[in-house]
Amino acid sequence: MWAFIHKLGSPKWFYAISARLQPWFWVAAAVLILVGSAWGLAFAPADYQQGNSFRIIYVHVPAAFLAQSIFVSMAVAGFIFMVWKIKIADMAAAMMAPLGAAMTFVALFSGAVWGVPTWGTWWMWDARLTSMLILLFLYFGVIALRGAFSSRDSASRAASVLAMVGVINIPIIKYSVDWWYTLHQPATFSVTSRPAMPVEMWAPLLIMVLGFYCFFIALTLMRTRSEILRREASKHWVRELAGEVK
Amino acid sequence: MPLFREPEGGAGVAIRATLKRDLVLLMRRRSEVLNPLVFFALVITLFPIGISPDPELLAIIAPGLLWVAALLAALLSLDSLFRSDYDDGSLEQLLLSPQPLPALALAKVAVHWLLTGLPLALMAPLLGIMLSLPAGSYVVLALSLALGSASLSLIGAIGAALTVGLSRGGVLLSLLVLPLYIPVLIFGAGAVQAAILGDGVSAHLAILGALLAMALSLAPWAIAASLRISING
Amino acid sequence: MSLRLQARKLACERDDRWLFRELDLDIHAGEIVRVEGPNGSGKTTLLKILSGQLADFQGELYWNDHPMRRTRQDFLANLLYLGHAPGVKAALTPLENLAWYQALAGESDDETARFAALAAVGLVGFEDLPAGQLSAGQQRRVALARLELIPRPLWVLDEPFTAIDRDGVADLESRLVAHARRGGCVLVTTHHELADSPALRRIRLGQGGDDAAR
Repeated sequence: MWAFIHKLGSPKWFYAISARLQPWFWVAAAVLILVGSAWGLAFAPADYQQGNSFRIIYVHVPAAFLAQSIFVSMAVAGFIFMVWKIKIADMAAAMMAPLGAAMTFVALFSGAVWGVPTWGTWWMWDARLTSMLILLFLYFGVIALRGAFSSRDSASRAASVLAMVGVINIPIIKYSVDWWYTLHQPATFSVTSRPAMPVEMWAPLLIMVLGFYCFFIALTLMRTRSEILRREASKHWVRELAGEVK
Repeated sequence: MPLFREPEGGAGVAIRATLKRDLVLLMRRRSEVLNPLVFFALVITLFPIGISPDPELLAIIAPGLLWVAALLAALLSLDSLFRSDYDDGSLEQLLLSPQPLPALALAKVAVHWLLTGLPLALMAPLLGIMLSLPAGSYVVLALSLALGSASLSLIGAIGAALTVGLSRGGVLLSLLVLPLYIPVLIFGAGAVQAAILGDGVSAHLAILGALLAMALSLAPWAIAASLRISING
Repeated sequence: MSLRLQARKLACERDDRWLFRELDLDIHAGEIVRVEGPNGSGKTTLLKILSGQLADFQGELYWNDHPMRRTRQDFLANLLYLGHAPGVKAALTPLENLAWYQALAGESDDETARFAALAAVGLVGFEDLPAGQLSAGQQRRVALARLELIPRPLWVLDEPFTAIDRDGVADLESRLVAHARRGGCVLVTTHHELADSPALRRIRLGQGGDDAAR
């Protein structure tokens, strides 16, 4: 087990193994997202209250899931990097951050679009949207902090610490925002706390969520691979790969 | 003089000396203590001018305004928490002392709270009068600010420690720290609002206390780790 | 007492440039080790690594034959580091500055010792002025007073001669030699040429890091 982890931590080995894994995740992501959106947009029944506008859930919820999961993965990767000094973990964390911010933005944007037919306005201080907005700021903080250091090692460690501090705070923020929301707008209709969905509605949602996760893994593998080449450009095995040395 | 003497004074001596030193330093640069207070009063002055002098309207938004303004005032002074120590080399000496760094960092944060958070909390009722804050909430306002600003100092110190090595860390510091301040703001302003409505405030204050306990147990380690990173350059 | 600081296969990269590589060091009691090299050759970085401040390097450090990671506390209790910045608070008097250092080092609060240390670096009469009113050289002397105040066998000094007048330089140099003779150990970078003594050893850092010659 230990040897395996350390092997995984070696950039060269990771580069090789990820090359084999990557296509599978791309295919899975494409199939799942295609099936999920077709089912969700065309075949799932319309909502009895919201009509067809509820179908935006098939983008909003997977994006929101991913936005939170990516932050957690980033913190876990940061922890692995800080404790075991495995550089791959840091490269992955660095590559995840913009994707996480993008997913948070997608969740916010789809929520806003959803708000137009539901609330009649583009923005409502809904508990989930507010939490998402704060999460977006947390992502900005991590990305900005990483960019601010001139030394890469310091940047990596600072971003790791901030991601870990952030991940401890996310549940607290979420809980307090929920509490704040119920205090101030107890009567408002909430899109997220609703009676149980019928299976024809949530099955495509589940497929979409899985598809988004596969997409995230595939993209992170791809971006980490190019980051490996960038950071290890002076190493022998990379130059060999590029055909510079035999 | 001997070549080597085993350090005999424990961490307690070093912590007390650090507390004393930082207190003396801040008392000699009184403007640094006063600036956040003036800022606080100034921001509160802006709101009636920008919104409306109507006492009824002001009374509604007063708890939130007072809390947000106090939070920003506390944030303003954070950047200098480790900055001068970093610039004159005392910070590397602090890191190289054979004493537990989290405890020493905690001492510095305690001084920051004592001379920023606490005065802000004591001053807030005065500004509350100007915003026609309803009677009966003044004690809760001061209490919630005193309790909450301790958490703010602790969380903010992590951000200050992460950005102390950066030449333009000030704005970045706000970006890092403000999202983390939100729970404290919610329960702090919530406590004042509950007091106005006549609801029990003990739940709010208990949660503020819980947040502080958590910040106290975790933040010193994060501050120490961040300082070690910053000294790396 | 024994005293041994070792580095094995030390390498440090900054901005895609190797400051040094494959650097092996053995520093013993009774030695003055002068780290030499042109500007930007990594002298300060090496001192920071050897004093346990930097984590961003390759290789292994040993303190008294144990890996530094495990003996860090003991190492720090033996170390006196003086950096580029003197670490003197301008708003505090020299006495107050030293009082903090004394407490930080775990020494008991001893005002007589502080007066004596300041006298040894020629600051009699300046003890109660804010350090900000002293000249740069005098502030540096306040920092150097720590050498007199806090008994530590391993001194790591980064450009300690900066801003010090000629008499001060001679005093400090003889202080270093005396420290080495008593079984202490000095690691120093300086542009000032140290007089040859049997204790003196040089480490040269060059460009690209094929270095570490005697």
